[in-house]
Amino acid sequence: MTILPGSIPPDRHFPYRQPGNRSISAPEKTGMLITNIEVIPNTRVLKHLGLVQGSTVRAKHAGRDIMASIKNIFGGELVSYTELLQESREEAVKRMKEQAAAIGANAVINVRFSTSAIAAGASEILAYGTAVLVEEH
Amino acid sequence: MESLLQIGVFLLLLGAGYFFGRRAEARHYRSIRAGEDRLRHILVLTDRLPPPGMLQDRPCMVNGNVVISVDFFKTIVAGLRNLVGGNISAYESLLDRARREAILRMQQEAADLGARAVINMKFETSRISGSAGSAVGAVEVLAYGTALVAPR
Repeated sequence: MTILPGSIPPDRHFPYRQPGNRSISAPEKTGMLITNIEVIPNTRVLKHLGLVQGSTVRAKHAGRDIMASIKNIFGGELVSYTELLQESREEAVKRMKEQAAAIGANAVINVRFSTSAIAAGASEILAYGTAVLVEEH
Repeated sequence: MESLLQIGVFLLLLGAGYFFGRRAEARHYRSIRAGEDRLRHILVLTDRLPPPGMLQDRPCMVNGNVVISVDFFKTIVAGLRNLVGGNISAYESLLDRARREAILRMQQEAADLGARAVINMKFETSRISGSAGSAVGAVEVLAYGTALVAPR
């Protein structure tokens, strides 16, 4: 099934996930297959190319930090942080894909995410996986 | 006089946290239950291999994340609970909401792709410290997995 840009209506419950900014690993964008399973159904691994990774460190500007501390009184979702972390993850995956493409892979398998807060208001997002060259049978 | 004012502000914040926090939590649980009913057709498994019958499917990674903040009332309750030990139910419901919401967003992304299952689902939880130093300001929960899209 092909997904046309704009065919997904913006959802009230998922406001940050607008059409066009939908999936961090949609293969139609780059042709690179990203999965977190070890064996891709219907394909055969021709060559293992080793570990690839991508990371970002991001911080929010002070205005949003102030908004967040107000939210700490009333509770609820911090939409700006959700967006920030989602964007950082997209960026990390993009860097990982670029690294994989540079060494001639067409898929990254067994992808994992890791997050660490390195300072107040800044966090590091890491995506890593195994770059492979696969072929469909 | 000044200490009275301080106590007043504290009680006001406590009341606001209790009132708005409870309301937000009740509303969030309603939306979670509605979403779970809507997305029940997307299987979520922690298995690493596709179930039989889905071996021809195209995989695509999906994720969902959410950052949920504590309210002032929960912070105080957790601080008191820390003195005597035991279950901090104020934080338990916070994490429960965050996990279920993250799964829902992941399922929604899978549904947008036309998938029928998500396998090898994993959680990742991290603390986002607010400006208040060591107290838990907010938690982020990420759920990710591989969506299986049925072949054409």
